[in-house]
Amino acid sequence: MHHAVLAEDKKRAAYRALQDRVVDGEGRASPEQRARAFSNVGLSGPLDSLLGKVATRPARVTDADFAAARAAGFSEDELFELVICAAVGQSARLYDAGLAALADAVAGEEDG
Amino acid sequence: MRLEVLNRGYGPGTKMLFAVIRLVSRHPVPDAAKLVFYRPDFYGARAKEFTHEAMRGPSAWSVGDRELMAAYVSQANGCAFCVGAHTATARQAYQDGPKVTAVLADLESAPVGDGLRATLRMLGKLTGEGKVGAEDMRQVLAAGVSRQQVKDALAVCAAFNTTDRLADAFGFEVLSPEGFEAGAKYLLKRGYR
Repeated sequence: MHHAVLAEDKKRAAYRALQDRVVDGEGRASPEQRARAFSNVGLSGPLDSLLGKVATRPARVTDADFAAARAAGFSEDELFELVICAAVGQSARLYDAGLAALADAVAGEEDG
Repeated sequence: MRLEVLNRGYGPGTKMLFAVIRLVSRHPVPDAAKLVFYRPDFYGARAKEFTHEAMRGPSAWSVGDRELMAAYVSQANGCAFCVGAHTATARQAYQDGPKVTAVLADLESAPVGDGLRATLRMLGKLTGEGKVGAEDMRQVLAAGVSRQQVKDALAVCAAFNTTDRLADAFGFEVLSPEGFEAGAKYLLKRGYR
């Protein structure tokens, strides 16, 4: 029964397809940069400032955050990709935190 | 939007489509729609597929319930564009504006069932605090919500945590009330694909 709770449903699988594409698929930013944006770990400078806000307080993102990232040499297409990776990464962590809490809540119970 | 490529980086076919949308709807193309047309192989195609599955795919939650969850999560994130869009869509789906307004003003006193209320409470906590525990989920299940409904609600939550972040980061322009109503009508007719 625990297996049934943990198994990915169609919706989670569709989100995983999005995650896999934005991090590992073809892109202008390197897969390593995209992975760091996704996990919100190991970023530095203006990119850390911008993507940290995207992950944890998106309403505080400003024009200046983008200007600083551009000045650090990131192109528009790289920023497009990295902002998406940061947003998808944080949402994936929330999704998985919710599913893990559900699995914990029903551990040891009958399927239902 | 804050990236010029999202304002202008479209090919002739897409520009033509945007012109048709402007003509037919008599409103500007919402930035949410533009985003999924920019390099759709990177984000838009799979994002649309997932969001449609979460919002319109098989579920014991009604379309109105899921649009209300989208509005509630967006409110927790402080995302004005998505609150406007999904408040309008939930109102139209339910044919009940006051219910939607009441939920966003005060969930605990709003006229909704215990299962939906407990689910919204859990989604608000997950979105606001970044975590929930087994006890939060037991309370939702005790309110009569099935395990699959919890998973379905978490999918809506993931869809709008993603879209809210992109709306605020890229700077989606907030539409007029009429623009949001037109967008809601489209989302109820066609969904997110």
